[in-house]
Amino acid sequence: MAFRVTVNGETREIDAPGDMPLLWALRNELGMVGTKFGCGIGMCGACTVHIDGQATRSCSMPLSAVADKDVSTVEALGESPVGQALQQAWLEDDVMQCGYCQAGQLMNATALLNNNPDPTDSEIDAAMQGNICRCACYKRIHAAIARVARDEETANA
Amino acid sequence: MPDTVQLSRRTLLKASAVAGGGFALAATFPVAARANAVSGPQDLNAFITIHPDNTVTIVGKNPEIGQGIKTMLPMLVAEELDADWDSVSVQQADTNAAKYGPQLAGGSFATPMNWIPMRQAGAAARSMLIAAAAQRWGVDAAGLATEPGRVVQPGTRRSATFGELASDAALMEVPDPAGLTLKDQADFRIIGRAIGGVDSPKVVRGEPIFGVDTQLEGMVYAAFERSPVFGAKLKSANLDAAKSQPGVIDAFTVAASPQVELVEGVAVIASNWWLANKARSALEPQWDNGQWASHSTAGYAEAARNAWATGNSDEVFSEKGDVDAAFASADKVLEAEYSYPFLAHVAMEPMNCTALMHEDGTMEMWAPSQTPQGGQQAVAGYLGLEPSQVTVHITRMGGGFGRRLNNDYMVQVAAIAKEMPGTPVQLIWSREDDVRSDYYRPAGWHKLRAALDADGKITGWADHFVTFDLGDGPFNPAAMPAQEFPAKYVDNLKFEQTKLETAVPMGALRAPTSNALAFVMQSFLDEVAHATGKDLPALMLELTDGVAPEPPTQGFVGPQPGFSAPRLQAVTRKVMDMSNWGQPVADGHALGFGFYFSHMGYFAEVVEASLDDRNNPLVHNVWAAGDVGSQIINPFGALNQVEGSIIDGIGQAIQLAVEIEGGAAKQSNFHNYPLPRMPMTPQIHVEWVLSDNAPTGLGEPALPPVIPALTNALFALTGKRVRSLPIDKSLFA
Repeated sequence: MAFRVTVNGETREIDAPGDMPLLWALRNELGMVGTKFGCGIGMCGACTVHIDGQATRSCSMPLSAVADKDVSTVEALGESPVGQALQQAWLEDDVMQCGYCQAGQLMNATALLNNNPDPTDSEIDAAMQGNICRCACYKRIHAAIARVARDEETANA
Repeated sequence: MPDTVQLSRRTLLKASAVAGGGFALAATFPVAARANAVSGPQDLNAFITIHPDNTVTIVGKNPEIGQGIKTMLPMLVAEELDADWDSVSVQQADTNAAKYGPQLAGGSFATPMNWIPMRQAGAAARSMLIAAAAQRWGVDAAGLATEPGRVVQPGTRRSATFGELASDAALMEVPDPAGLTLKDQADFRIIGRAIGGVDSPKVVRGEPIFGVDTQLEGMVYAAFERSPVFGAKLKSANLDAAKSQPGVIDAFTVAASPQVELVEGVAVIASNWWLANKARSALEPQWDNGQWASHSTAGYAEAARNAWATGNSDEVFSEKGDVDAAFASADKVLEAEYSYPFLAHVAMEPMNCTALMHEDGTMEMWAPSQTPQGGQQAVAGYLGLEPSQVTVHITRMGGGFGRRLNNDYMVQVAAIAKEMPGTPVQLIWSREDDVRSDYYRPAGWHKLRAALDADGKITGWADHFVTFDLGDGPFNPAAMPAQEFPAKYVDNLKFEQTKLETAVPMGALRAPTSNALAFVMQSFLDEVAHATGKDLPALMLELTDGVAPEPPTQGFVGPQPGFSAPRLQAVTRKVMDMSNWGQPVADGHALGFGFYFSHMGYFAEVVEASLDDRNNPLVHNVWAAGDVGSQIINPFGALNQVEGSIIDGIGQAIQLAVEIEGGAAKQSNFHNYPLPRMPMTPQIHVEWVLSDNAPTGLGEPALPPVIPALTNALFALTGKRVRSLPIDKSLFA
């Protein structure tokens, strides 16, 4: 069965079973491999995308549920000001080790700052605790998010 | 222009013109060119390409697993070349032992193995560029110098970029690396700078650079069904049922080939990996579990208790003095049983590999492997090919932690791809496959005894270690060193072991052996310290007081400095200062100390811990003092490794275990193998103790001491001794 999904602003036809997770439709049907497979049960956050602006685990979201919705992935992250600022902070702070979880971390952090531009430290912890980093770069991820929040606030002051 | 210049007998570098008018330098150095020679030449290679536009391409030869090696090795080359780092791009090497020498991500070996040879590669190219400038200007090369990216004549305005000199430089005689003068530490411009990972811009944009991101025209996807019980044999599977599932292209059995780590099972091939994996449920495989289904962690623990009860061991592997007499005459005897569980690696990128069997019978692979040369050999052996007929592209990896030292998934995809010549196949394991088909950190059981005299001195030291029989491989992750600390510093010693039979696969997990033994030995020494009215850092300083550094030893990668008690003492004192050791801490908090020497690195760490209202351990601060030699090459990567190691160790201590039940791993995914998450992150304070030793690696040595530092802090807090991992919080109830 074919589903119409808007991915990064482009409407795509995906001919696949409706129970196929969005993750595998993105990766193997559309060839968009920036979104990562980590656990398949929504426990690690590596596969985080935005659906209508909300951070969502694409490994646990059936294709049939995202028909006619707006899906945004890491490939388009740089088009949003917050996403771009986070990408820049990630590089300036040398946040990553292996980097495999970072697409999901960045997508989740972008949703956090879009919803809450000035999070407290515990709000950052709470929002990010669904995203596992096996290399445990948590200190740097946290610091980079806090810095972008601070800088954005300064820019808007 | 000639393709190669005439090489003298002693010349070990080869220059050649490359397309586009630049020049490439292949540097071939025998390991003997390092400061301490080893017997038998083993070649190491590096490539430098200088382009006419003055940009430089440096080849990173080793696999990148997040340890930062693709950035760090080229930094060494660029430093001695005197390149402008902003004009350097890094290219990942393919697998080629003849061209590059060892290509390995393991053992924290890359830094000590490459510190000199990579710099010599850069220095050789720099000297050829200077020679080219001297010839062009008709001056003596000795009067010339370099600034980043150019050769200059000091005192004049003469200057030429590397790009302008490259074609001439390719014609210069290639220098003997032994005759090259490397820079003084004070003159480093790149080494010591915090430099971001060269792949990081691609990572944040989601570009396809990991193994599992490999995409080839016409590629299909494979999932693999194997028995959850280790050592089981396949009796039957319903291949037709799987083949009738949506998207499935084929399903077939794969026979075991134990010498290349290939297990028996069923491959399911589909147009989409999720469809292939889903179709596994239609297979309804029947397994013959044989004797192994009765095996369990609980059974192994019972075997350990039985071994201790009878006192019978398989062998004494370390003994000196008269340990029985020491215990008979002791003023005080301490005795304790310690244990630790199996652990999984759970690299974030599940195991995967992509393979294409070409129509001519040669194999091409895209392999996220820490040992791609070993994988190349295993696949070649399995297929009956020469290693040169197996092309292995090295991909970036989403973590390794030692799991990808084993290449079972490379052989598995080769076994599948050989059935479908001309079609690229990407094999991916589910997370459940990954957790339940690991080469686990071995569990282990120790019965320790210490004899103390009236002055509190350790007069006897004994361990009955119960471990597993893993055969005679080059590295045994279930072994304990005969000289395990404090063996050298006690007069009467006996280490004996009982080896259990098992089918559970085991391998190296980050800081293998050390990640378990640090907990056992530093905890029991903490018991000794408390029993004698001291604290552990004081005991460590006392045991090693006045002990001179040991002479160099022959290590896994060549000669290495012997264990140095003064380096132990320096990091211990440093971390005591950093943590205000001995001073009061916040109410309900306590400090604990741990030291360990592993992978040539010395780390002393202090943990500040408390318990929450449900008795869960909380770590507030960790102070770490580390000595990995004279120079931190890339402070960004170095600090990242230490921070990650510390959180990794805390997670292992508090909440990680794989339990074997019914011959299989009980855990399967992150719900029951709960890796640390952001809220567990403590404040981490790291300081380096620089010493007059060549730099060594940081992938591993910061992990082991944090575990006993935490459990020793919990003892200081509660008076309850953690003797088994992960920490059982009911101990504190």
